[in-house]
Amino acid sequence: MQLFVFICAAAMILVGAVGVITRSHPVHAALSLILTLFGVAVMYVSQEAQFLAAVQVIVYAGAIVVLFLFVIMLLGVDKAEDLQIEPFKLQRKVAALVGGGVIGLIVFAAVSSRDNIAVARPTQSEFVKDVATTEHNSNIRSLARDLFSDHVLAFELTSVLLVIAVVGTVLLARRAPKSTPETPT
Amino acid sequence: MTAAAVPTTTWYLVLAAVLFGIGTVGVLVRRNPLIMLMCVELMLNAVNLSFVALSHQMGDIGGQTTVFFVMVVAAAEVVVGLGIIVAILRRKPNATADDLAELKG
Repeated sequence: MQLFVFICAAAMILVGAVGVITRSHPVHAALSLILTLFGVAVMYVSQEAQFLAAVQVIVYAGAIVVLFLFVIMLLGVDKAEDLQIEPFKLQRKVAALVGGGVIGLIVFAAVSSRDNIAVARPTQSEFVKDVATTEHNSNIRSLARDLFSDHVLAFELTSVLLVIAVVGTVLLARRAPKSTPETPT
Repeated sequence: MTAAAVPTTTWYLVLAAVLFGIGTVGVLVRRNPLIMLMCVELMLNAVNLSFVALSHQMGDIGGQTTVFFVMVVAAAEVVVGLGIIVAILRRKPNATADDLAELKG
């Protein structure tokens, strides 16, 4: 059963990812991105990270991709791009080489450290004890305990980050006032 | 279903590596800035996937906390990136990444 879920979710992820980089139409690429994000959410559930799966669906598929689609449609850039244009000679080949090299290196590192990862399992700590003692919402509970005790300063700083991002984006995307045209704000 | 066919953490790491590589190729190949931003999202998701897989394997919730922060920062990054793209495309409709060469000396 776990294997079946893994294969289905991996197929969703890979088909969506290939779709993002091969579809010439930006709207189709955004929809392929949703497929990939749902596949990743399924992976989170199968790894017992239920809260992150919910956040993945709500924030990524629900907010970020909708933002992409808004920009695509509001700006009217929903025209198919000519994928035959290659700005530099050999760009595709070099990109494929770099991508293959990155994949090869990470796969090599993951496979060669397989034994170390497998050994790490017995040294389990608080997380598993939490799972054992609290029967409901154990993932959310332990995540919240970690987030609001050890990382509470970082959590507060993210609110500052979000406010800065929103204010900066409003300033950036606002049309320049009529009295001072062409001044970048 | 045999017990040997249960996906291990290494499978998830390999899948994350492939997803990261696809995102890298997308950033390098595509010329539409919106799609380049989507490929950055693919790479972030690959990293998140490996964080969650290792968090599950190690029994340490810290990996999932990190993924939470990565998601928040990714949301902020998309907002700022799309703001920049909107500002650029308003001045130069249908600009690709190759057309933005004003800073070239």
